[in-house]
Amino acid sequence: MASSTEYIIHHLAHDNIALSDAPAGGFWSLHLDTFCVSLVLGFIFVFAFSVVARRAKVENPGKFQLFVELILDMVSAQVRDIYHGGKSKVIVPLSLTIFCWIFLMNLMDMLPVDLINFLNHHLADPEQKWRIVPSADVNATFAMSISVFFLIIGYGIKAKGVRGWLVELVSAPFGIKLAPFNLLLQLIELLAKPLSLALRLFGNMYAGEVVFILIALLPWWVQWVLGGPWVIFHILIITLQAFLFMVLTIVYLSLATEAH
Amino acid sequence: MDINATLLGQAITFAILVLFTMKFVWPPLNNMLEERASKIASGLAAAEKGKQELLDAEFRVAEELRHVQVRAVEIMGNAEKRADQIVEEAKDRSRVEAEKILNDAKSQIEQEFVRAREQLRSQVAILAVEGAKQILKAEVDESKHQKILATIMAEL
Repeated sequence: MASSTEYIIHHLAHDNIALSDAPAGGFWSLHLDTFCVSLVLGFIFVFAFSVVARRAKVENPGKFQLFVELILDMVSAQVRDIYHGGKSKVIVPLSLTIFCWIFLMNLMDMLPVDLINFLNHHLADPEQKWRIVPSADVNATFAMSISVFFLIIGYGIKAKGVRGWLVELVSAPFGIKLAPFNLLLQLIELLAKPLSLALRLFGNMYAGEVVFILIALLPWWVQWVLGGPWVIFHILIITLQAFLFMVLTIVYLSLATEAH
Repeated sequence: MDINATLLGQAITFAILVLFTMKFVWPPLNNMLEERASKIASGLAAAEKGKQELLDAEFRVAEELRHVQVRAVEIMGNAEKRADQIVEEAKDRSRVEAEKILNDAKSQIEQEFVRAREQLRSQVAILAVEGAKQILKAEVDESKHQKILATIMAEL
């Protein structure tokens, strides 16, 4: 068996393919594992929900429809409570997508850490690297948080106009006399949002994964002592992180529409 | 922690998912939920209305019942009055009838009395004539003495 270091490195390596002539590793390369897994999970989500949406019945809903309604009610209740930016056709679908997609991506953490490598080892190339948790990839979390970042700017401009938004950028919170200082603060505030969103989710999921890998290094007969509690705790973590990302997105978009 | 083109791919996937949800998931589900909400609201309103109608109906029934009771008492009173009236009328009629019968009987008795007296008178006259005949031992011509006989009969 390989050393512990090699085991960990192997488990934390992405299936990285080059998109340009340069070897994989630069900007123009793609984490095929993250991309494919998240795509499949995303399609599972939209497929399941759109099937329910198409067949939705007002009376005598089925169990799955009730389950979908439960999630939808939760999301729209959060939006109703938090978002004060008036009517928006985007915010609820956006929040729903964020919650469900992140939850499904996080859920991949529940799979045994060695499962994919075991399958690769025995059915395909033993050297094949494949990470199954897309949300433990900083690219996936930043992709979402940066999208939210642009939405924050978009919502702000839509609510205040380009001029109003720019004026606020330099005039709040200390008044126009301290414009450079205001601008600095505003930019930090603005940039901190996507950064915190992405790093919070990434950190939690990455740490969870690392802990699972470390537990997997223990002798098999004591693994359950730590693995059991950690996996149960992780059920909470993955739901909470998905929920937090969604709620913070709603909060940020609501803040963007309000004047400082 | 290496940022690479995965970021762009993920962002595109994310955008597609959000757009799909916006178009095919949220609107139909939202419409359905709103429809259900309005259905529930109208159902509750209907139930409320039904309850109110029931109360109204009960009130009307009570009202009607009271009317009927009053009317029943009235009818009973009328009936009693009418019965009394009928009894009174019957009494009157029977009294009149009795009087009539009594009067008839009285007049009949009177007539009988008169006829009996007439008869008695004529028979007495005959007896008197017979008696006179005996006394006189002679034949008295009835036609000759008719006038005397009439006088005697009138005196009787």
